[in-house]
Amino acid sequence: MTLKIIGYVAVMAGVTYLIRMLPFVIFRKKIKSQFVRSFLYYVPYSVLGAMTIPEIFYSTGDRISATAGFVVGAILALKKKSLIVVALGACIAAYVTILVMWFI
Amino acid sequence: MDFKKGIKDGMPIAVGYLSVSFGFGLMVVSEGFSVLVATIISMTNLTSAGQVAGLAVIAASGTYAEIALTQLIINLRYALMSISLSQKLDKSFTTFHRFSTAFGITDEIFAVASSKPTDINRNYMYGLITMPFIGWTGGTIMGAVAGNILPTDLKAALGIAIYGMFLAIILPVARESIGVLVAVVIAATISCIIRFVPVFDFITSGFSIIICAVIAAGLAAVFFPIKEEEEA
Repeated sequence: MTLKIIGYVAVMAGVTYLIRMLPFVIFRKKIKSQFVRSFLYYVPYSVLGAMTIPEIFYSTGDRISATAGFVVGAILALKKKSLIVVALGACIAAYVTILVMWFI
Repeated sequence: MDFKKGIKDGMPIAVGYLSVSFGFGLMVVSEGFSVLVATIISMTNLTSAGQVAGLAVIAASGTYAEIALTQLIINLRYALMSISLSQKLDKSFTTFHRFSTAFGITDEIFAVASSKPTDINRNYMYGLITMPFIGWTGGTIMGAVAGNILPTDLKAALGIAIYGMFLAIILPVARESIGVLVAVVIAATISCIIRFVPVFDFITSGFSIIICAVIAAGLAAVFFPIKEEEEA
């Protein structure tokens, strides 16, 4: 582990801790602004949307198996299956596609 | 409500974390980093999206400012949860215990703690954090080790695991809430534009997430404001 990586991890951990700790220790009041509350509510979904698309299509090394995994994962997610089921379903779909492609 | 009850309530969270962090551990070694790096990141951060985004910045040799800003935006939601949870703490939470338990505020731990009908005490909070922390760290180690020994095809297929988990978080909510759906579609669209339009090649992955999140969440907040009681 190089010094540079230790630096990265320290910055990540430090910022993340401060975000959790400062309001927990200092704040004793609720945020009143509806815009700020709404913004904070939408941030996690926006972040995950941006992180997932288009990156998921590059996550298995080839477009075809990744697309298969995405489709199966999306269907399972829309059916409100649990995190583990959706993730495993996407993995299995991708894996089966990779195996099938060996034979084509 | 005591330490034992906290441990019990934390078990299901720990099981969920085990699988998510497995995907993260795998990702770290596939970027060429060691099992130790994966473990330390998980032990010190205890957050999924932030760690994945942080890893991308590290792998691309981004600046410290970029990684700090990325974490700030992605993990900003914890500030909201901390504020909310800070109103539910009983007298056992002295400032010292607020400092130490703040580390363990995650989406799921927050959800369980804030669903309790009464104020919570510090022993319960320590118990609640314990199993998810072990699950998160243990899953990361297993994923990182598996990444070093599994056959290539299987590793490739497992690479989609963490994104599958993200789908499982986003899609059920987007189906019910037009505001979330709009935010996700805008974020995904901008993310694709930044990724595929050559003019934006200078924008790195960390900053791309920040830009997408601020625009998408900002627009959704303007056009679909959340009323107090709708919020989780």
